[in-house]
Order: sequence, then structure tokens, then C-alpha cells
Amino acid sequence: MIRVTLPVLITSVVGFLLVIAFFFRGFDRVNSDLSEYFNIIAAVAFILGGGNLLRMHLDKVQRRRPGWPYSIVTVIAFLFTLIAGLFKVGNSQGWTGPVEAQGSWFNFAYDAMFNPLQATMFSLLAFFVASASYRAFRARNVEATLLLVAALIILLGRTFVGGVLTSWLPQPLQFLSIPNLSNWIMSTVNLAGARAIIIGIGLGVISTSLKIILGIERSYLGGRES
Amino acid sequence: MSPAGGSLFDRIGRVDRRWIYVAIALAVIIPLMAKLTFPVITTPIVQNIFDKLDSLPEGSRVILTADFGPSTVPENMPMIQAVLRHALHKKLKVYLLTLWATGIPQLDLLEKNVLAADFPDRVAGTDWVNLGYKAGNQGVINSAFSDFPGAFPVDSKGHDVRTLPIMAGIKRLADFNLIVGIGSGFPGVKEWIQFGGDPAHVPVAAGVTAVEAPLLYPYYPRQLLGLMGGLQGAAEYEAALVKRYPEYQSRSEEAIKRMGPQTVAHLVIIAFIVLGNIAFFAGGEFKGRKRA
Amino acid sequence: MRQTWKNPRSLFALVIFVLLLVLAPRALHQFDRRHANLFVVLLIVGGAILFYTFRAQRGVKYFIRKIPGIAAIEEAVGRATEMGRPVLYVAGTQDLDNVQTVAGITILSSVAKRIADYDAHLEMPTSRSLVMTTARETVKESYLSAGRPDAYNEEHIYYVTDEQFGFVAYVNGYMVRQRPATCIYMGAFFAESLIFAETGHSIGAVQIAGTAMPQQLPFFVAACDYTLIGEELFATSAYLSQDPKLIGSLRGQDFGKAFAMFFILLGSILTTLAFLSKSDALAQVSQWVQGLFTIKSS
Repeated sequence: MIRVTLPVLITSVVGFLLVIAFFFRGFDRVNSDLSEYFNIIAAVAFILGGGNLLRMHLDKVQRRRPGWPYSIVTVIAFLFTLIAGLFKVGNSQGWTGPVEAQGSWFNFAYDAMFNPLQATMFSLLAFFVASASYRAFRARNVEATLLLVAALIILLGRTFVGGVLTSWLPQPLQFLSIPNLSNWIMSTVNLAGARAIIIGIGLGVISTSLKIILGIERSYLGGRES
Repeated sequence: MSPAGGSLFDRIGRVDRRWIYVAIALAVIIPLMAKLTFPVITTPIVQNIFDKLDSLPEGSRVILTADFGPSTVPENMPMIQAVLRHALHKKLKVYLLTLWATGIPQLDLLEKNVLAADFPDRVAGTDWVNLGYKAGNQGVINSAFSDFPGAFPVDSKGHDVRTLPIMAGIKRLADFNLIVGIGSGFPGVKEWIQFGGDPAHVPVAAGVTAVEAPLLYPYYPRQLLGLMGGLQGAAEYEAALVKRYPEYQSRSEEAIKRMGPQTVAHLVIIAFIVLGNIAFFAGGEFKGRKRA
Repeated sequence: MRQTWKNPRSLFALVIFVLLLVLAPRALHQFDRRHANLFVVLLIVGGAILFYTFRAQRGVKYFIRKIPGIAAIEEAVGRATEMGRPVLYVAGTQDLDNVQTVAGITILSSVAKRIADYDAHLEMPTSRSLVMTTARETVKESYLSAGRPDAYNEEHIYYVTDEQFGFVAYVNGYMVRQRPATCIYMGAFFAESLIFAETGHSIGAVQIAGTAMPQQLPFFVAACDYTLIGEELFATSAYLSQDPKLIGSLRGQDFGKAFAMFFILLGSILTTLAFLSKSDALAQVSQWVQGLFTIKSS
């Protein structure tokens, strides 16, 4: 019982405290202090995660499971970054300087490896957007057709081509020009939809948070009793 | 359901995604190599930011945040560089900071590529200051709302901010004239609006990735005076800057140059969408549905 | 009365009530009046949620519509079992302080139970150490309640990296190599949403996604087979468990929505009429209604 009741009690007390802190004066530091406590716990929990990562990959290497050479790369990269950052290797200002100081091994790893790798992964989106659009924007029904038309207007409106295509429209009909239609879709239709979804999400967050604070929802603890 | 091989239209409707990837790659590489650029017109939502910065008197205090990482540098870096150049040209006091750990290198790049390169006469600590990174997400903004020096006690070089001339008279967020948030996620512009600009009555302008921009439209124009969305927004700001101050033409056209490949890529995506729909209507899938 | 003293929950409620009575007069002085309207809205919406929750607890039945994405989970898990391929579960890329992650872990509890029932294989890479620890406990309990404690293996729930695209690279690589039959994404996602969804589509997996990140919803909708939009993510726990209290809380949420819709409609009508009629009285009423929901800064 204590394994479930104690966490629920802590959740309830902290949850109520944060709500009270928002509505009553004199609790200015509660929010920031509790956030810092969470950051500390998460940082300590990282040791758990890092240890698990090492154990898992070393086990894979030892047992020669499929993909074990990549596990060696992972372990080496992990240890290199940890040692370079922890001991500030190559840092011109020694241990007192910032970890990312110019010339340090950590900075080298960031500039030469982390940056390009992150940029590469993010660049995948450009290709995936194209293939997803090609597949998704088919006029299968009325709603899909509306989506297709809106997508085409926005895509064209974001380039100079949209303006050129409808530059021939007379002044009274300029509101139908692609850039103006694109702005209208973003600032009216999209805005209404975004607001509705945000309101729904907000209510869902309130409901879920209340259930968690009051201990009604406990399945994240592994127990279902309430 | 159409047969495995199907007509030409069916095959077009099921084209291997790798051909799409090749087309997109070419659509980006060729315009980039050919240095293809297109005219950019600044829309009102971006012009508002430019006009606001342009109208601020000399010595006004502007917070400029770099809340993004390496992955969104192509979109966010041109906009923050253009805004920084504009602010320094107008002799405003600029306070650089970030709520992202990966924002530190971006601030270093700004120091190198804009401050040192274009404004070497500006003095750190007097005309501008790099307050670096502070962990705590929106908690930092909450803290800065009532005690700004307390939230950022040292600059990026470790100097006590109370000893810096630029921090004289700054007690809280309301002492600033403008917040320009350049970001790509959480924490970002939304947090600066909700916890900073709106309660402190400081105008907020934003520059975000194209994906984030639609979510910020509800805040425009009351809580957000302007919004640069993605590379297009960055290009529009650069166009406004270069139009008013042509001396920055060679230094501040990164986004304008990248709009060439983006425009061509958009057109290629549109072409594929149209092709897909032609294949859908002319091929077996639509006819099968009609019969059903 | 004797039973009340024995019941810890009742005792707790009594203690809280007495504390509130004692502290209320002092508390009123400290109350931040700038947030008074928010407090009232919280009382109304929160009160409605609690009201319907406890009403459901006393046996009142509430209807919950079918949510295709959730109904498909069972079928998707069955598919994975038949094909002998794993079920990949990603509970978002944020930490436990994000309520969407908690919702993702909550859903994991039900999904893990079904996986245990079907004797399928669960694979759950996590982007945060705390999420890994919590997920392990949750899945362990689910396997226990399904009567399959022997099938539980904590090595299948593991930490990868906090770094966003490092995590994406790992999960993508796993998908392409191991080709899971079912991919379930429930939680908070950022730019990685489309990368996951497209890669999952390329391997022919059935994909069920749920997120309350509005800017990522279009990517999931375009590329996944089923998508839970916004609040549906938070309703999933109630739907899967069929717990009357959780379903009751959904009713309370609907009350909150009706409350919002009423005032949106009222405000729109008043503002439109004020504009058309140029009436000062209507304009003032419209401003007053708007003021009810404006947070004052001083």
C-alpha cells in the first residue's frame, strides 16, 4: 500500500502547493524552487539512464548480438564526450573555464560531430514532407479536397510565384490573390482551428492533472486502485 | 482495388518515395549552385517588427533571445542576425540571452559574425551584453519579471552584471522596451509572451520556425506585435532591412538567397501533389471507389 | 461515524477541511486578485470534473463515443503477434514533468496488458531516464495483472539519449532494422514526429499516434493510420480502462468545453451586434464579458 499511497500523497501535496502558489502571494519561489528540485532529480536519474545505456551496449558487444559494432561506436562516443566534458580536456582555461570553451575537445565534438549530425537528421524532414504530402493530399472526399486546396494556396503563397500567378487580378478582387488568401487562411481558418484544439487540450490537461493530483488516476504508478 | 502492376496512372500514384527524394534534392541543390534568387516582399506581420525596432529611440533596451539549437540554425540564424544588425545600427542597447543550452554557440556565432565583424566599435558591457544561458525554462522568465539581475547575475564571461554600465537602472523585465524572441520550441516565444511580455507590458516580437508559426497567430496582434515565420519570415525581414539600409546588402541576405531553393522545392512538392491527384482520378483507385 | 474515523481518506479530507477553515481568513488577505477570474474558472471547471467523477463512482453511467485510434490498438497488437514482430512504443520525447508524457505512460499500462495477453513483444526506447524507470514499473505491473510476470523483461524498456535527434536516429534505425509490425506514439513530440511517422510508413507498420502538440498533429494525421488529436490523448486512459470514474471526468471536461463554447458564442454575438448597431451599451456589455476572461497585470 505504501508503494502507491506515498507517491500519490507526495503528488497531491506538491500539486496543491503549486496551485496555491499561483493564486496566493508569498509563494513566489515555490514554482522555481520545485522546478530546480525536478532538474536535480532528473540529472541524478541520468546516471541511471547512462548506466543502463552502457550496460545494454556492453552486453550486446559481449554477446555479439546483431549490430554489435555500432554498440562499440556508441560506447566510445559516450565515454569520449563524458570524459572530454567532465575533465574539460584541451580547455585553455583549465577546469575553471566553461565546458564549451573554444579549442576544447568538447567544443570540437560539438562543432565537428554534433552540429552536422543534428542538421542532417533535421534535413530529413524536407524529404519526408514531400513524400508525406504526395501521399496524403489526394482529393478522396470533400474534406480532403478542402485540405488539398488550402495546402496548395499556402505552398504557393509562401513563394513569389503565388503573387505572380494572381497579379493580373483587378484591385477590387485583390483579396483573392494567392498571398492574401494564404494570409487569410493562416490568420482566420487556421487560427480558429488552432484555438479550438488548444482549448480542448487545455481542458484535457486540467482534467488529467486534477485526476493525478487527487489520486484518481494512478495507472502511471503501475496500480489501478483509487 | 487495382491490380498489382496497374496502368501507368496507377504506377505514378504509387511512385517509389526515393524518386521524390531525388527530385527534392535536385530542387534544392540546383538553385543553390545557380544562386537563384527571387524578389521578396515584406508582409505587414513582419514589417511591424521592423517598424517597431526602427522607431525606438537611441539607447532603448532590447532583449534578443536565441532559444534554438543547431537543427534550426538555417531558419533562425538569418532572422536573429538581421534583427541584431538593425538594433545595433539604431544604437539600441542589446541584451543577448538564451534559455536553451544549445543556444550558447548561437550567441557565440552572433558575437563573431555580427558584433565583431560589422560593429567592432561597440563595447561589450556598455552597448551590448551576452548574458548567456540560464536553466529553468519559464521559471527564468518568472524570475526575471521581478528581478532581472537576479535571474542573470553574470554575463557569459562571468562578470557580475551589476558592474556593467549597460545594466544600470535595470531592475525588472518592465524596464525593457522590447523583447524579440527567436526560437524553435520549448521554452520559446510562447513562454516569453505568457510569463514575460504580457504581464510586464513589454512588447514582444517573434521569429520562429515555419512549423511553430501557426500556433502563434492567436497572439497576434495584441500580445505579439509581429511574427517572422520560417525562412520566408527571415527573408522578409532581411528585405526590409536591405531596402532601408542598403549598406547591409552583402551581409544580410542569407535567407533571401535560401528562398530560391525553398521556392523551387515548394513548386516540386506542388507538382508531385498534382501528379498524385491526376493519378488518383485517372487510375484504378478512384474508379474502384466510384463503382463501390 | 466510527467508520469515518477508520477510513484514512475521510480523515485526510477532514484534516484538509479544518486547515482550510483555520487558514481561510488569513488566506484571503494573501489572495492575488489579478487571478481572481482564473480562480473562478478553475473552481467551475474543476468542480464540474470532480462532480461528474464522483457521480460516476456512485454508479451513473456516461456514454463515451468510439475513438477509432484507441479501438485499433487491440487489433494492432494482435497483428504484431501474428507476424511475430515487435510492438514499438514511444511515450514522447519529454520528461515526466510534461502531462502528455504522463498520459503516454498511463496508456502504456493498458497497451502493455494487451501485449502481455497476446504474448507479443514490447520494445520501448525512452528519451529520459525518469520515463524509463516509470515505464518499467508500469509495464511490470501490467504484466503482473495479466498473469504473465514471467514474460516481463526490463531490458526491453531502455534509455537511449536525451538529445532529440540522437533519439530519432536510434528509433529510426531500430524501425528499419527490426521492422516492428505496430508503432504507437503517445506523448509530446516535436520535429521528430514526421520522421517517425514516415519511417514507420515505409516499413509497412500500423501506426497509432496521439499528441497534444498542435503543430505536430498535421504530420501524424498525414502519415499515421490513426491519430488521437489533443484531448483524445487524455481520454484514452478512460476509454481503455472503462473505469467509470475516468469516464465521469471526461463528462466534466465536456462541461468545460460547453462553458467555453457558451462564452465564445456570447462574446461573438455581442461584439458583432455592437459593431453593427454602433450601440454604446452593447459595446460596454461586450467589453465586460471580454474582461471576465482577461488576466489583469496590476
